[in-house]
Amino acid sequence: MDNETIVTLVKNNFPEAITGSAVFRNELTLIVKKEYIQEIARFLKENKELDFDFLSDLCGVDRVETDGVFEVVYHLYSIYKNHRVRLKVAVASNDPRISTVTGVWNTANWHEREAYDMYGIKFDGHPDLRKILTPDDFEGHPLRKDYPVDGRQPATLREIYRKDEA
Amino acid sequence: MTAIPATTTTTHLMTINMGPQHPSTHGVLRLLLELDGEMIIKAVPHIGFLHRGVEKLAEYRTYHQCIPLTDRLDYVAPFSNNLAYALTVEKLLGMEVPERAQHIRVILCELTRISSHLLWLATHALDLGAMTVFFYCFRERETIYDIFEMVSGARMNLSYIRVGGVALDLPGGFLEKTRNFIAEFPARLNEYETLLTENIIWKKRTVGVGVISAEDAIDYGLSGPSLRGSGVNWDIRKAEPYSSYDKYHFTVPLGKNGDVYDRYRVRIEEMRQSNSIVHQALNILPKGDFIARVPNITLPPKEDVETKMESMIQHFKIIIDGIKPPKGEVYTSIEAPKGELGFYIVSDGSSHPYRLKIRPPSFVNLEALPKMVEGRLLPDVVAVIGSLDIVLGEIDR
Repeated sequence: MDNETIVTLVKNNFPEAITGSAVFRNELTLIVKKEYIQEIARFLKENKELDFDFLSDLCGVDRVETDGVFEVVYHLYSIYKNHRVRLKVAVASNDPRISTVTGVWNTANWHEREAYDMYGIKFDGHPDLRKILTPDDFEGHPLRKDYPVDGRQPATLREIYRKDEA
Repeated sequence: MTAIPATTTTTHLMTINMGPQHPSTHGVLRLLLELDGEMIIKAVPHIGFLHRGVEKLAEYRTYHQCIPLTDRLDYVAPFSNNLAYALTVEKLLGMEVPERAQHIRVILCELTRISSHLLWLATHALDLGAMTVFFYCFRERETIYDIFEMVSGARMNLSYIRVGGVALDLPGGFLEKTRNFIAEFPARLNEYETLLTENIIWKKRTVGVGVISAEDAIDYGLSGPSLRGSGVNWDIRKAEPYSSYDKYHFTVPLGKNGDVYDRYRVRIEEMRQSNSIVHQALNILPKGDFIARVPNITLPPKEDVETKMESMIQHFKIIIDGIKPPKGEVYTSIEAPKGELGFYIVSDGSSHPYRLKIRPPSFVNLEALPKMVEGRLLPDVVAVIGSLDIVLGEIDR
């Protein structure tokens, strides 16, 4: 299915949820309102013509400096229809919070944990929202632009991992 | 602590730690297993021990400087990582790659697939007690690594693919050495198969173990051989051909039952197909440039840099200032040996990626591990981890 048909189909079903769309290098991006993300995700997956059964990727992007928001970006693919779409949702940086899509695609579980770990975006309704890549005592969210690229954590890694022994 | 199910045979569950230092977890994977006797009630993977902040580092490097970072993701398949990254930047720039470079990339990526699968087969078989296969696989892998060394001068972290093409043309003797290898390799594959495919011990350890249905596999985002073992016909080389893959004839091997054995069969057959692709590529390899000549994006030829002032200045400027792609965002994925390897780059028009997100296949494939092992026996964990073919370098990034 080509990009225009996808946009029209989604917009016709959710006129108020899609605030914009863009095509760059033949890749379609839909900008979705935060409140509608679960509904849209379910629609994209369950609609027989769209059939976005595969969540390729989910990640955060820091736009705090320019727009005061974090973006949550979803890359969807349809294995049987062979088309892709990207969803972008803005969440306010003072309280980054969005509904989970783990109920739609199970694979979102770890991706959302990663976005939580890296950006501090909270996914409401996530079954097991824990950090995933950084150690338990790690402070801050490393992929935020205000997190320095070099420097030290308050506790050394040895103290974090061996704290039971001390 | 998990509630003790009614079928439990003991009065208390035992929690054990498998990894992060364990030969069968293929790196620094830590599994927290709750056991009822030898039966697994719950498996919780803990990852991140190899987290180096590659995505963060990339934001502070120019586009060219990110290439060495990609080598260190899936370090047994560096060419695939280089390629996925280069394709993404090329898409962002909207540039064309010369045909010769595309075919060189195919040859090297398919050799990489073979070498990655050989490492998988070697360690997977070793985990399940078949030691001979290990030595055989490493013998062939050594030849491939010699070929890589001829091409790029390195054995593991190759950084050979550049934005716009490849770093150097193929060296003399490359074609001959590769031809010899692919002529010999199918017989070697048959040799491995005589040791395993109909081996009763191998089958007892793998058939019906770690089963995942096609629907679940898609739902959990599995890709690559782990998905095709469940019978889902999706290979990015076929679905969204890149780097001239549409010019090659090959079949996509599929499994049926989604168990460890089917994933084994799929990978073995994939090596045959890769061998055939390399064979075709050597025959149709066209003459021409090995890298696109685009000022301000690709580096000038090395010999010019050493002899001409203008080229040296150009070289210097590209290295120091970097390339500046237009504002925008792209996502590109390729069929890496382990599955869908995707790069998502957000560009703000500067010489550094504003955001670089890597979609590593192993990260997503590992997520399905608890689903495959819960309710099974402890030794099956080893078989299932092996069959998922994970590399912690790209899981933790």
